[in-house]
Amino acid sequence: MSEETVEKKIILKEEDDYIVNMGPQHPSTHGVLRLEVCLSGETVNYMIPHIGYIHRGIEKMAESDTYKQVIHLTDRMDYLSSHINNEAVCLAVEEALGVEVPERVQYIRAILDELTRIASHNLWWSAFGMDLGALTTFFYGMRDREKILSIFEESFGSRLLHSFNTPGGLLHDVHPDFRKHTLEYVKYFRKKLPDYKNLLTDNVIFHNRTIGIGVMDKKMAINYGVTGPSGRGSGFSCDIRKAAPYGIYDKVKFKEILYHEGDSFARYKVRMDEMVESLNILEQLVDNMPEEGGFTAKMKPVIKLPEGEYYQRVETARGELGVYIVSKGAKYPYRIKFRSPNFSNLFVLNTLSKGGIIADLVAICGSLDLVIPDIDR
Amino acid sequence: MNSTIKYFTDIFKGVLSLWAGMRVTGKYFISPGEIVTEQYPENRATLKMTGRFKGEVIMPHDENNQHKCTGCGICELNCPNGSIEIITKKVPNEEGKMIRAIDKHIYHLSMCTFCELCIKTCPFDAITWGQDFEHAVFDRAKLTKVLNKPGSSLKKKEVKS
Amino acid sequence: MILDIYSFSTLTSSIDNSLHNMMSPWMATLTEFVLVGIVFLLFYALLGLFLVYLERKVCAVIQNRIGPNRVGRWGIFQTFADFIKLLMKELITIKHADKFLFNLAPFIVIIASFMAMAALPFAKGLQAIDFNIGIFYVIAVSSLGVVGILIAGWSSNSKYSLIGAMRSGAQIISYELSVGLSLLAIVIFSGSMQLSTIVESQADGWWIFKGHIPAFIAFVLYLITATAEINRGPFDLAEAESELTAGFHTEYSGIKFAFFFLAEYMNMFIVSAIAATLFLGGWMPFHIGGWEGFNQIMDYIPSILWFFGKTFVVIYIIMWFKWTFPRLRIDQMLNLEWKYLLPLNLMNTVIISFVVLMGLYFK
Repeated sequence: MSEETVEKKIILKEEDDYIVNMGPQHPSTHGVLRLEVCLSGETVNYMIPHIGYIHRGIEKMAESDTYKQVIHLTDRMDYLSSHINNEAVCLAVEEALGVEVPERVQYIRAILDELTRIASHNLWWSAFGMDLGALTTFFYGMRDREKILSIFEESFGSRLLHSFNTPGGLLHDVHPDFRKHTLEYVKYFRKKLPDYKNLLTDNVIFHNRTIGIGVMDKKMAINYGVTGPSGRGSGFSCDIRKAAPYGIYDKVKFKEILYHEGDSFARYKVRMDEMVESLNILEQLVDNMPEEGGFTAKMKPVIKLPEGEYYQRVETARGELGVYIVSKGAKYPYRIKFRSPNFSNLFVLNTLSKGGIIADLVAICGSLDLVIPDIDR
Repeated sequence: MNSTIKYFTDIFKGVLSLWAGMRVTGKYFISPGEIVTEQYPENRATLKMTGRFKGEVIMPHDENNQHKCTGCGICELNCPNGSIEIITKKVPNEEGKMIRAIDKHIYHLSMCTFCELCIKTCPFDAITWGQDFEHAVFDRAKLTKVLNKPGSSLKKKEVKS
Repeated sequence: MILDIYSFSTLTSSIDNSLHNMMSPWMATLTEFVLVGIVFLLFYALLGLFLVYLERKVCAVIQNRIGPNRVGRWGIFQTFADFIKLLMKELITIKHADKFLFNLAPFIVIIASFMAMAALPFAKGLQAIDFNIGIFYVIAVSSLGVVGILIAGWSSNSKYSLIGAMRSGAQIISYELSVGLSLLAIVIFSGSMQLSTIVESQADGWWIFKGHIPAFIAFVLYLITATAEINRGPFDLAEAESELTAGFHTEYSGIKFAFFFLAEYMNMFIVSAIAATLFLGGWMPFHIGGWEGFNQIMDYIPSILWFFGKTFVVIYIIMWFKWTFPRLRIDQMLNLEWKYLLPLNLMNTVIISFVVLMGLYFK
């Protein structure tokens, strides 16, 4: 060891700081996240997030699973966009093998992506309202999300963790009523959106709680790697669907929602607008979905990736999910690394909440839309 | 003067926005038809899961107490959690030759993650999803199930389409 | 005027007479004290439980749910079951808590709300004490509850509780002003602080109609400030379950928690009853000056129904607030009071004085 590398001790907290532990069990951390908050009065001096309470070692477990088996583990990371997580691994494997999946599969995958995105944003809307004390939003959001889950249940048999993707396509075909029910849902949800607007978006108390709270400028968003709607609220154009289109997304017309204020309200607006945008995408896709074409490409029963390194990134409901696979030519991956969006999004929380008060911390935490199992994996 | 006008317009706008929110909740309050609650134990008779619902893995038996499982062990191989165990035995067939047959198809429901890989990969379509979802038991051991019924045997081979 | 058959004074005076016939005067008075106490305790407990049930049903329907529906028909005994459960639960004592204050706090809170009930005119001739400073008494007594909340937060030896209690202190002390000022509007109109006189003064029309715009503004201001005064959403910062888990009663369990819970709901009843008494005519039926036939039909509805009907309308409005709005932040809440509600209230008081001086209201 050379002389320059002297061990430097970073003092995180003083002896007589007024520390309040929010979590691991706390109503507003949405899971087992522990925030060690130092307060003076109600003002937050600093905040240290402690993670790892729900670490399951998914990356390590994946090393002893075949590529088909890895899929079901990714469900359990960001459980609210489980379909998109599945797709990320599938796309990586398909690209490595050079498999061309049928166009119909790409359409179905994109439809499911957008449905998942709406369901996820819907749950976020419910929970965000509840963080701010508007308890009724939770039930309205859940009620509308239920419709999407029914569509999922009809086609895949499960509502939340549907390991429906498989390398090369889908496990089986969607339900014959899938198209009809999706269109019905789009119509239903468009009718419910004014309620969302009146109940929360236009509310003056809500404006006071979110506008100008937790301002993250574009530079900070890029520095911290904050992606997804949280990053786009700061004007960071980071939609993978636009930047590096995968699947059918290069054929779909849609806007990338960008707001430049960077506060909690901008992040809120991004998600609200994304829901509308997803409805538009759904309408385009469902109408053009080919009836013929099967649901899977021809794949070998045992998938062995050629030796090499593969990376695929997709846009989940929370940001950029990267899948990095190292293969040594065996049927198991040598190493899988997930670049999960929530991990990066969490660590900006300290900077954003500094100087605010506890209620702001809750609002910022809600507006970043964290899913804790995705942080810990 | 402008600030005074702004003060009062702010109040007015705020009250209007609050009223808009109250109209939404008020609307739902006076329309009880919008209630979406499902009263679960009461509606058990009418509650029907969708045909593809993943309740548990079952092995269908026909009226002669015969199933299609040959005990090949592919489902055991494909299960990512080790929730399937296959125990085979040697039984004589019609010609008196000892062949491998299923003794116990053990399924640990408590470890299952419902990924559908076993059902997808079964070459004989011997196992499928059951629609039962009331799995709560007081003893964990009860979640370990033997899928082939006692005394059951392999169905005569037919031409698989 | 009000039909005498519905007046409770005949009933109460007959009880009084029979008691005096049976025993010596001081024994009779003592028995009356005990009787009134028992009646109030029963009323308090039953009404508290009913209000909890009502709140759960109202919020359920607002949220497209059914609400409690298992215990008894439509779940009406659900809160009784909950209460029994709370009675049987362990009273957890916190390490390093100030035991005496910790145990005292729930009683202060519940006594404060209990005392305020005494001055409420429930129906014609049904009022425990008719002070000549009735409103003053109610405001003074109901604000004692904050002492209990502060003690609870301080003695729990928990950081969440302490923050919650401090918030509650700041909140109630500020909003006390606006509550008083908005009630002052009616005091100016009726020229009395005695609750029975105020009710009598509304025989030919409620103050919210007679006092037209300024009275209506005072009513709205009172509703907002009263909601803040009783720590309910959107002003439930003292509890703020998404920030402070449960605020000042985080560490309480069992029946002590039930006391806080009950007191909160009874406070809601009290502020609603005051709103009904002062602005909506109390037990006075709906009268329109000059329409004799209509007025007589209205008189056939018992006065106690009028009182509870009006009170529950106000309670519903307060519940409606809670289940619609997001919670305010502590600094915004104080801003709202000092920058908006208090100036408006002061302005309104001046306008009302002017209106009363010039006789610009309906007499």
